[in-house]
Amino acid sequence: MLTKEETHNELFTMGHTGCSGCAQSMSVKLIMEILGKNTIATSATGCLEVFSTRWPESSWKIPWIHSLFENSAAVASGVEAALKYMGKKEGITVLAQGGDGGTADIGLQALSGMFERNHDVLYVCYDNGAYMNTGYQRSGLTPFDAYTTTSPSGKESFGNNRPKKYMPEIAMAHRIPYTAVSSAGYPMDLQKKVKKAMTIKGAKYLQVDVPCVPGWKYEPKYSVKLAQLAVQTGLYPLFEAEYDKIISVKKISRKVPVEEYLKLQGRFKHLFKDEAGRAEIEKIQKIADDNIARFGLI
Amino acid sequence: MKQVLEGSMAIADGVRMAEPHVISAYPITPQTHIVEHLSQMVADGDLKAEFIMVESEHSAASVVLGASACGVRTYTATAAQGLLYMEEVIYNIAGMRLPVVMTLANRAVSAPINIWNDMQDAMAIRDTGAIMLIAENNQEAYDMHIQAFKIAENRDVMLPVIVNVDGFVLTHTFEVVETIDSIDKVKEYLPPINMEYKLDVENPYSLGTLGEPSVYMESRYNMYNAMKYSAGVITGAAKEFKDMFGRFYGGLTDAYKMDDAQTVIVAMGSVLGTIKDVVDELRETGKKIGVLKVRTFRPFPEEEIVNALKNVKNVIVIEKATCPGKGGILSVEIRDSLFKHKINTVNVNGYTLGLGGRDITPKNIKDLVKRAEKEENVDGEFVGLAQQYL
Repeated sequence: MLTKEETHNELFTMGHTGCSGCAQSMSVKLIMEILGKNTIATSATGCLEVFSTRWPESSWKIPWIHSLFENSAAVASGVEAALKYMGKKEGITVLAQGGDGGTADIGLQALSGMFERNHDVLYVCYDNGAYMNTGYQRSGLTPFDAYTTTSPSGKESFGNNRPKKYMPEIAMAHRIPYTAVSSAGYPMDLQKKVKKAMTIKGAKYLQVDVPCVPGWKYEPKYSVKLAQLAVQTGLYPLFEAEYDKIISVKKISRKVPVEEYLKLQGRFKHLFKDEAGRAEIEKIQKIADDNIARFGLI
Repeated sequence: MKQVLEGSMAIADGVRMAEPHVISAYPITPQTHIVEHLSQMVADGDLKAEFIMVESEHSAASVVLGASACGVRTYTATAAQGLLYMEEVIYNIAGMRLPVVMTLANRAVSAPINIWNDMQDAMAIRDTGAIMLIAENNQEAYDMHIQAFKIAENRDVMLPVIVNVDGFVLTHTFEVVETIDSIDKVKEYLPPINMEYKLDVENPYSLGTLGEPSVYMESRYNMYNAMKYSAGVITGAAKEFKDMFGRFYGGLTDAYKMDDAQTVIVAMGSVLGTIKDVVDELRETGKKIGVLKVRTFRPFPEEEIVNALKNVKNVIVIEKATCPGKGGILSVEIRDSLFKHKINTVNVNGYTLGLGGRDITPKNIKDLVKRAEKEENVDGEFVGLAQQYL
């Protein structure tokens, strides 16, 4: 445990207005521990920007900029270009951040441009599987059958009717030097990947699974547990890739049925009502099994 | 040195003299030649800059936003649809008080799709908080770009400056342009950029934070005030330029044969050339007519316009954009300025013409001069419509 003084010295400090149990703020802290003070960060519009920079307060002890929802990667490209011009790029990490909506939906074009131009930027997508900042609307990264306010369950619906977009593979398709998927449930894995990203020049993509208490509707104490279950079920495979080749996967030590993961979350509770819901859980199990086979997780 | 330059080349060369550090570019007609020239200058080593060829105008504006926030000098250019696509970012750049300079090659807005000149695109961003200058010819465009950086980077302004140049009419036309030989002289005119608040690991700031209802209005008010203050800075930059380089086009406005004028034509941009020719001709017939050039649309030169027009009988405003559901735009602002100063003796008529590249001919202007004497308070009426297409 950190002393009060050590906590104050952190680069992403306490005192922000994130929810209790927020896995995103936890991940930011872990990432900043590795990146250190020679970092310039951009943030897309979203929870992180709102809860960490209510003027005149800020949780950031590094230079930080928020511009708009969809341009975090483009702003970071500009930051990197300016540093290059000034001859200051060596030794400074440019960190671009966005949520799943700001990354995989509205920000995808700017992100693709940043990848393709291969800016020396580490882009981190905090994936909580919906537009949580605006109150839990579906995004392209919302999992299959999850309830959101714009993919509600009902007599004619089991929730979100499309599987999650394979965003890390979209990153890999750009042949950027490093793509990684990690999780708030595995701090060491996360920090190891950030550390590795720092050693690589060019565009890097890191997607982090960050459970969201109000969006997923669970008790705050389950944030880490849910992030771990997502990995252990096979629903959220953690891996690393260089260019288009996967170079490592996090093996599952004990395969957990998806039901164990789903039942803790209010966003899936409609699946536990009847036989039809049971059939849907089978479909989700198949998504997990397919991941396990595809990535060789066992 | 006097050279025959395409407008886009003159602009690119003016920008080169200001030595921007980061340039972002995305092609759109009729702006494309400007960034082509700049990219060639970078390729040839004539301009030391990071040239970022982005995937959209939204990112073009976002890249210069990010770079500018680091404290370096930035430039981009666009037109019409590209401007509308980056409008959100322009609001943001202005709100964040970043001194980005960009060229807007004025072009009609879709639909129908039309690549030719009018000023509808510029009017769409008039409330963003960007300073809007309008060049009349290629020489002024060259000079205005150098001035633009000085205005934008003024410590008490810190706002984006958009230099408007008529698409094709200026960007694709060759004219004699006197370029500045000494970059050191430009450096003397335009000191190195020096920003107080920027992204710097030695002195970290959070930029673009959440402004709650308790502070948002004050932030907007500060920007509003900076825009107001910029009027003096724009005039000062023009005068200082005159002292160093000898050329002057007026501050916020410029008067042409206005001394005893009873009729005045007000306009922006390249159409002023045609208008001045017509006025010369009418002057020879004894008509007391003059021209008021609006060089700065934002900040709006209210005082200058009122002073110039208060004793005039008839004012003809050339509108190269339309406000559906209302009428004119420039003429409305002029009428409002006079009304505020309790001047009700001036007959202001706004006429819409030249949309989507339609020629504005000397005959058009002469007809308007005749019409304006018989009409009152015309509010952006369309002129010269082809009846068969209505």
